[in-house]
Amino acid sequence: MKIHEYQGKVILSRYGVPIPKGYLAMTVGEAETAAERLLAETDSPVVVVKAQIHAGGRGKGGGVKVARGGSKDAREIAEKMLGMQLVTHQTGPEGQKVRRLYIEQGLDIERELYLGMVVDRDKRRVAMMASTEGGMDIEKVAADTPEKILTVHLDPLIGLAPFQARQLAYGLGLAKHGKETVGEFTRLALALSKAFRREDCSLCEINPLVVTKRGRVIALDAKLNYDDNADFRHCEWEGLRDIDEEDPVELEAKRAGLSYVSLDGNIGCLVNGAGLAMATMDIIQHYGGSPANFLDVGGSATEDAVAKAFEMILSSHKVKAIFVNIFGGIMKCDVIASGVISATKKTGLKVPLVVRLEGTNVELGRKLLADSGLAIESATSMKEGAQKAVAAASR
Amino acid sequence: MAILVNKETRVVVQGITGAAGSFHAKQCRNYGTRIVAGVNPGRGGEMWDDDVPVFHTVRMAVMETGADCSMIFVPPSAAADAIMEAVDAGVKLVVCITEGIPTADMIKARRFMEGRPSKLIGPNCPGVISPGEAKVGIMPGHVHMPGSIGVVSRSGTLTYEAVGQLTALGIGQSTGVGIGGDPVGGMDFVDVLAEFNADPKTEGVVMIGEIGGNAEERAAAWIKAHMKKPVVAFIAGATAPPGKRMGHAGAIIAGGKGTAREKIAALEAAGVRIAPTPGDMGETMRAALGR
Repeated sequence: MKIHEYQGKVILSRYGVPIPKGYLAMTVGEAETAAERLLAETDSPVVVVKAQIHAGGRGKGGGVKVARGGSKDAREIAEKMLGMQLVTHQTGPEGQKVRRLYIEQGLDIERELYLGMVVDRDKRRVAMMASTEGGMDIEKVAADTPEKILTVHLDPLIGLAPFQARQLAYGLGLAKHGKETVGEFTRLALALSKAFRREDCSLCEINPLVVTKRGRVIALDAKLNYDDNADFRHCEWEGLRDIDEEDPVELEAKRAGLSYVSLDGNIGCLVNGAGLAMATMDIIQHYGGSPANFLDVGGSATEDAVAKAFEMILSSHKVKAIFVNIFGGIMKCDVIASGVISATKKTGLKVPLVVRLEGTNVELGRKLLADSGLAIESATSMKEGAQKAVAAASR
Repeated sequence: MAILVNKETRVVVQGITGAAGSFHAKQCRNYGTRIVAGVNPGRGGEMWDDDVPVFHTVRMAVMETGADCSMIFVPPSAAADAIMEAVDAGVKLVVCITEGIPTADMIKARRFMEGRPSKLIGPNCPGVISPGEAKVGIMPGHVHMPGSIGVVSRSGTLTYEAVGQLTALGIGQSTGVGIGGDPVGGMDFVDVLAEFNADPKTEGVVMIGEIGGNAEERAAAWIKAHMKKPVVAFIAGATAPPGKRMGHAGAIIAGGKGTAREKIAALEAAGVRIAPTPGDMGETMRAALGR
């Protein structure tokens, strides 16, 4: 789960990470008021207007602007930014609509650094990474100049040790800004590591982390992703969720206990198991077709959940054919068949349906489908099913 | 012979009294697995399925029954603790079926395991089966057939698909291992490949990977250096969009890394035969065996 920058900053500041002063603005009027307050409350003559969307690369897309001409200027920028479709390398070509702004005090920036935390899957540890190349796309830095990224791994029983934080501080060359700055960075890194652990983050990035002309170390950005598996111990996450930033169909699927990802093609897929669902997309593409979705009904879905999944596929206008590919293990084939039949009874079936059933209770499942009177093309293997679905979609 | 589990394996089931635990323990028992004990804190002293004793703790279960393998069906919030309990009790093989364990909990559990001899399979996996001997997991036993091909996979149903294809071609399996779809888990491809390499009964291995992480790349390097038996692979997710989590917590192309293309290239360079489609896993193995 992702949250907004302004939410991430509030959370990090609770752990002692220094952040600039800022206010959330949902309207142009609020943006102007926020700018007035910041100009009065801080010694900075400028404010920064920042679009709040869940994708990165906002600056390059025009989602971060400095207002140098006072609160009226901030208002004008907000007018243009609110409601715009912000396109970044992470949003896709259609972009993401800007609905929230964060108005922040300006800072006198001396240096821009990078500080981030991720799970290192190979080492089975959390890693903290720091770089002098702040404000850049860190993936590009990692690819082009990996020596510019400093990494330390955290022992889960200890967390970030102060010496590791100091290693990063001196590695970043912070000594030249003075002892105070080294100390500020060290405290910030320790606070960040504590936040990462307590908040159950899967990723945490401050890019850029800035050193001001006075030697202060401040988080100018905050990107927090949560580990969805930990949601049972974080009832506060529901309040941080912004459903405007999520695909409505994927959200609906999640509520029904399904795993769904929208794709660009025209063959709807209903599969049990994530690996088989991905493989089904792959085999459709192999035979020249294009999947409309990834849909994993899971290992133990009920008839209702299957029906819901099937309805979701049927409700999409782009779907020209449907491929149901099931290898029943725990999931019984007759449950799938019953779900498909009940969904089609409710919504009707206007496109060709190819069904491949295998595994537990396969005979019963096939019989249910045969007796249903639905126009179903059956297949005995994954290959045959994929070929039939591709042919049906191109008819 | 097979790897990890066999006829002699004595299994304790943690969470045996829950719906999923009870159902699958029964399925395993029907398959021929020796289910010797169950654990549920608070339900010690009860009997499960007439004659299987239930204990409050794994330690008590191991002391009383000599269990050397644990199968875990404990809910995600307590599952990492259950893994550590089994490891602490000296269980040799811990198979954790549970899906949805927080990554932070698994990192701690792995740290706890350091210096202790137990092996962990999973979490978020179908388990382990040595066809005809023992099934410690949730896979459908009937699609398997005893034989000489090892199967190792990050996926569940896609493994059944591979096994189904092998069985249909008359190619039996020595052991099937589902290592699970989470970012941080127990044994990885390299660990399992090493076991198959050392197992005299295993003649070849089908390896099923997917997008995310670089466990397949590390496996490729290991295969190139050490593997003496033919390996066939399929990598799921060639058509998956970047940045999207495809069902499994670990199946995500992050920052342009972890793509199917990179994995396939690494495996091909290591001499692994790649199944062109998921419908060809069995055929590709047959060709590799020269049958």
